[in-house]
Amino acid sequence: MNKNIAIDVRDLTVGYGDYILLHDATYQVHKGDIFIIMGGSGCGKSSMLRVLTGLLPPQKGDVVINGTNIATASAEEVQKIREKSGILYQSGALFSSMTLAENIALPLQQYSDYSDETIRELAHLKLALVGLTGFDDFYPSEISGGMKKRAGLARALAFDPDIVYFDEPSAGLDPISSHNLDELILELNQSLGTTIVVVTHELDSIFTIGNNSIFLDAGSKTILAHGDPKELLKNPPNQEVYQFLTRGEKK
Amino acid sequence: MKSKTITSSKNLSPVQIQQKGDVLLLSFNGNIINYESQDLLKTIQNSFSRGVNHLDFQTDFLQDWDSSLLVILYEVLRMAKSNNIHYSLTSLPDNLQQLLNLAFAVDRKPSHSQSEKLPVIERIGQLAMQFYGQTISVLKYLGAVGGGVWRFLTASSIMRKTDFLAALEECGPQALAIVALISFLVGLILAFVGAVQLQTFGAQIYVASLVTIGMCRIMGAIMVGIIMAGRTGSAYAATIGTMQVNEELDALQTMGLSHIDFLVMPRLFSLLIAMPILTMLADFMGMMGGAFVGVFLMNLPYQEYWKYAFNAFNLSNFSVGIFHGFCFGFIIAICGCYCGLTCGRNADSVGLATTRSVVTAIVWMIVVTGIITVICQELGI
Ligand SMILES: Nc1ncnc2c1ncn2[C@@H]1O[C@H](COP(=O)(O)OP(=O)(O)OP(=O)(O)O)[C@@H](O)[C@H]1O
Ligand SMILES: [Mg+2]
Repeated sequence: MNKNIAIDVRDLTVGYGDYILLHDATYQVHKGDIFIIMGGSGCGKSSMLRVLTGLLPPQKGDVVINGTNIATASAEEVQKIREKSGILYQSGALFSSMTLAENIALPLQQYSDYSDETIRELAHLKLALVGLTGFDDFYPSEISGGMKKRAGLARALAFDPDIVYFDEPSAGLDPISSHNLDELILELNQSLGTTIVVVTHELDSIFTIGNNSIFLDAGSKTILAHGDPKELLKNPPNQEVYQFLTRGEKK
Repeated sequence: MKSKTITSSKNLSPVQIQQKGDVLLLSFNGNIINYESQDLLKTIQNSFSRGVNHLDFQTDFLQDWDSSLLVILYEVLRMAKSNNIHYSLTSLPDNLQQLLNLAFAVDRKPSHSQSEKLPVIERIGQLAMQFYGQTISVLKYLGAVGGGVWRFLTASSIMRKTDFLAALEECGPQALAIVALISFLVGLILAFVGAVQLQTFGAQIYVASLVTIGMCRIMGAIMVGIIMAGRTGSAYAATIGTMQVNEELDALQTMGLSHIDFLVMPRLFSLLIAMPILTMLADFMGMMGGAFVGVFLMNLPYQEYWKYAFNAFNLSNFSVGIFHGFCFGFIIAICGCYCGLTCGRNADSVGLATTRSVVTAIVWMIVVTGIITVICQELGI
């Protein structure tokens, strides 16, 4: 097994019951990559993330994350993988009955032996890392959508994860906040060496941050393209990918 | 060539249909706003089946129009397509052409249709499979709840004290007023209904016994059960369902925090504690309601009333009532949380989950009441 591969997906079928979203998906994500999953609405990008994070069992095929195959792993092993992955959900998914600091402290309280004092300081630090200094005692309902995304990221970072997953990080953000989030993702990737998997439609982000990608297609239910998005734009393998990357231009 | 003119309604109609040989000409005149098109479409459909194979439009006198014109054109063109009739849009105004092109641009049907019409036998089979699946999922859930209780007893649960206290406050102190009011009124009603009958025997004083036994044995618990299913069980379903929609349940699961320990346990324990206490309150308030009718409206002597009330009071009735309350607490919490946890991922399904939680809780409360009654009968309690 190659030590440099963070995620190795082979012949994967994703679906809910009889409803197949994607079949025979094969791709690798290397350690330290910023990997983009793109595709039209409803093609199964979020579902793909749910498979990678062990929330949705694969219908067929193998998903090997840092050497553990999710398809065959025990519940404890899947849990180990999850502890080492951070997830920023499409909607932030902060717990609304807790303050931001409590949201971040929650996984730390569960899985670490830190004292309450240390946990509070860690939560404060993680919030500061995403530019939310001083918002420790705010409730999710009291902050804006962009801040929720960043708070969600702070929570995803609580455990110094190996892989961080982002589901449409810039959806619903203004251009500046979304640019700042991209910067944050790049910084994270460079300073911590974190592998990053991003689901996004935002062409700007795709080209500025991504260095590898897959393109999912709802019609054929397959991966239509795999590679560096900048290369894909230069040599588009097919019409769909070209149109997606050029915002609908016809070749 | 003989030309036949069919006018759809009056003479100066905004839409005119003319058939010349195998060409059908549609002329649009004046304003076509809020135009009701069903009759017109039927007429056109009929003439399509009478040897038309070319469709033409005439819009020189068309002035103002809205979507109703677009609907006519869209439907006519769809009929034309399915009847293999030739047409050209060039005689229509440019903006109409553009809109029609947009409407016809995507011809793809959604890839999975939800409600196919199935034969009856297959539908029955499907329902049976659904029922089987649901039963399995409920049993798994009950097993998981059992596991949660065990973890709590062995102190390895991750239930948070603050969550428990918040839930307890919601279903304890905050429910006192409504429970007190409703059970006072129920006591009042019981007394009234009883009094009318008992008066015919001159036995009004037994109203005291009636109300006491009725409230303590069952009515107190039932009233509290219904109130709490409506205000607390539904709130559980809505809160947890909304967490599903916001992906908070996913987040909990990926953090390895069990939904059962984290969400169900605090709610279950607080209802298990609150329900018996609320039932006691309801018993007491019901008796007060009875006394109100007896003393103030039927002019029974105050001491006499309470004497009969206490004579009728008996510990086994009272504890059966409390036991009902305890069981109802379990049912309400279990149904509310289950409906929330199995909620779909959109706002609609939260509403559905809420309704379902109340209905299932009430049904199961009645079923359990029946079972307890039969058991008590057998045991002679
Ligand atoms: N729990 C579920 N059960 C059944 N079908 C589901 C479920 N979740 C999602 N789907 C279906 O799977 C399809 C893909 O959903 P998914 O959320 O993965 O799409 P997506 O690519 O993330 O779309 P978007 O860009 O809009 O977020 C949708 O058509 C949806 O109806
Ligand atoms: Mg999505």
